[in-house]
Amino acid sequence: MPAPSLSGAEIVIRALQDQGVETIFGYPGGAVLPIYDALFKQNSIQHILVRHEQGAAHAAEGYARSTGKVGVLLVTSGPGATNTVTGLTDALMDSIPLVCITGQVPTFLIGTDAFQECDTTGITRPCTKHNFLVKNVADLPRIMHEAFDIARTGRPGPVVIDIPKDIQFAEAPYFGPAQIKPRYKKIAATPKAPESAAIEKALHLMTHAERPIFYTGGGVINAGEKASALLSKLVRATGFPCTSTLMGLGAYPTDDQQFLGMLGMHGTYEANMAMHQCDVMINVGARFDDRVTGKLSEFAPKAKKIHIDIDASSINKTVQADVPIVADAALALQEMLNIWQQKNYHAQQPALQKWWGQIGEWRARDSLRYKQSDTIIKPQYALQRLNIHTLDRDVFFTTEVGQHQMWAAQFLTFRKPNRWMTSGGLGTMGYGLPAAIGAQLAHPNATVIDVAGEASILMNIQEICTAVQYRLPVKVFILNNQWMGMVRQWQELIHGGRYSQSYTEALPDFVKLAEAFGAVGLRAENPSDVDGVIAEMLNVSDRPAIVDVCVDPKENCFPMIPGGKAHYEMILGPDDEPSSSTPDEGKMLV
Amino acid sequence: MPQTEQRHCFAVLVHNEPGILARIAGLFSGRGYNIDSLTVSEVDEEAHSSRLNIVTRGTAAVIEQIRAQLGRLIPVQRVADLTTQGDVIERDLALLKVSVTEQNRAAIMKHAEQSKAHPVYVGKNTMIFELAGHPDDIDTLVGLLRPLGLIEISRTGVAAIGRGDETL
Repeated sequence: MPAPSLSGAEIVIRALQDQGVETIFGYPGGAVLPIYDALFKQNSIQHILVRHEQGAAHAAEGYARSTGKVGVLLVTSGPGATNTVTGLTDALMDSIPLVCITGQVPTFLIGTDAFQECDTTGITRPCTKHNFLVKNVADLPRIMHEAFDIARTGRPGPVVIDIPKDIQFAEAPYFGPAQIKPRYKKIAATPKAPESAAIEKALHLMTHAERPIFYTGGGVINAGEKASALLSKLVRATGFPCTSTLMGLGAYPTDDQQFLGMLGMHGTYEANMAMHQCDVMINVGARFDDRVTGKLSEFAPKAKKIHIDIDASSINKTVQADVPIVADAALALQEMLNIWQQKNYHAQQPALQKWWGQIGEWRARDSLRYKQSDTIIKPQYALQRLNIHTLDRDVFFTTEVGQHQMWAAQFLTFRKPNRWMTSGGLGTMGYGLPAAIGAQLAHPNATVIDVAGEASILMNIQEICTAVQYRLPVKVFILNNQWMGMVRQWQELIHGGRYSQSYTEALPDFVKLAEAFGAVGLRAENPSDVDGVIAEMLNVSDRPAIVDVCVDPKENCFPMIPGGKAHYEMILGPDDEPSSSTPDEGKMLV
Repeated sequence: MPQTEQRHCFAVLVHNEPGILARIAGLFSGRGYNIDSLTVSEVDEEAHSSRLNIVTRGTAAVIEQIRAQLGRLIPVQRVADLTTQGDVIERDLALLKVSVTEQNRAAIMKHAEQSKAHPVYVGKNTMIFELAGHPDDIDTLVGLLRPLGLIEISRTGVAAIGRGDETL
């Protein structure tokens, strides 16, 4: 029997259904009307109407990161497409699987500067893993399924499918995912397994290590829940210390004794010192980002480096690996654990004992300490209280970008993967609220909290409307210090206290703003208000809640590795070092 | 690892689809890599595959990154660093327009003959020579003709292939 002919718009919907898509985020417009019409005629896919296409992209990211599935968004041509660019770049940097469907002017108008025309594939080429312009409706079923395969396999990433309006009307036979003949050999049907010789080399280094450390990243999260479970088993079997990047938090329980806290620019003293002093480093799914390494020439100078990454281009990009392992993190960890157990391997004792003794001394510096106050809310205190109130809940955290993001990474507890969504690579202010919406839609009964700053939240505040429309009880926990805190901190430390444009003169009343949107607005002004406000926030179950926590405007985020400095040159607190300590070449770094 | 820049020839087999050239050129410009020469042509119509020859330069670390970054692109089927793999045969084709007078004709003809360049146009005031060969040989002839009245140069860029039984 020949395959039934469907319109391009119907093919899009059918392919989404066959890919198991239940939720998409989008905003209609002229060039996608046929797809919206096809969407109207079915019930299996829920469309979430955002208020700005950037919101759709971040919401799809939040959905993807909290579920491990591909996030999907649907937008119109021209401005609809260009508004997704920040979200696509964000997803590319953080390796988040997205499929973004964009409408385009009809094929016969392409290149004529038609109304709402833009070169979508040209604009999105550098910010996607791959993109397509569909010029023939017969190609559409294959492209739809290829896009999902590309987005989710290997190192995940965003894929754009640009569909001209005439293609949406044209008809062609539909083929399901099993019936298409894929063109790209690169799309692996199964995750890449490690080479056993490399695993043996790695294990040899590990069994001879005196000062080992696991340094884990977002690749562990992306390799699925199984990878996180395997990581925990391997870390415990070896008895080695473990640290994580911002992206990797939750792969290993952050309240475990073997966990040293996050590493990097605002990581703990013990994590950074252990990275600097280690003799064997086991990097699982992290990419030696500049936030992590600090000064490259002094990065872990004594360490033999094992680097497990699914992307060959991550190996030797900035740091040379002694044992490169290009593989899926779960498969590599499984192989390492199997051999460790089968061959009854052991860590070097008493060297490891001595190493833990040293780490204990670094830990005793208590690098996350801060001066508590009775009169003003310290942002760290607010987060500690938020953490305590949510420990027993099924909780998902998102953040915006800045000081509050780093404090959230430092003070919240993550026991499971996929529970922490933050813009790590691109550092996108305005990420957290739409990402929380995406996470809440995927987990309707969970507690979803966006830890925000008052500056970041204003970048996508319109999405409160979306949350109200779908009765999503997302919580926006604003640490309001009236400043772009991280900008102000750098100006204080590096630019002589000249606070150029980092103070927000005219902030809205966030309680009234919440009420205007139909959300619940709450405020904490004194340390004694914090617990009550958090409890009240957590009780709201049928609409979003915005909490304005008025925090100390002068608080800085410590510890800190200043730009251009090495791990051992951390500033532990405001009294630690003079502000002129940043070298000139460090000032150039962001 | 040596920090000096080396010249490398890459051969890249790609799925021939719209935007592939922009994708590769964009990768080079976006990541700050050099392109000395880039050529592209379909090599298998049925399989929709094209081959690019890219001459670039960089430190060993940069060359390794270029190879890995090219390998990430979805339509890229094969990447070979011909320079690292062994002996490379490189050919470039040049068309050189020279302004000819009674005084310089003999010198021009002598250089052309010695370089095995063929005249493909002979006019009253100008001649056009064709030379196919290693880019260094073309550079040499260009250097010789420039002071004698070379007025226009058109070059195809490098086509390269590895010597020996192995294929891309």
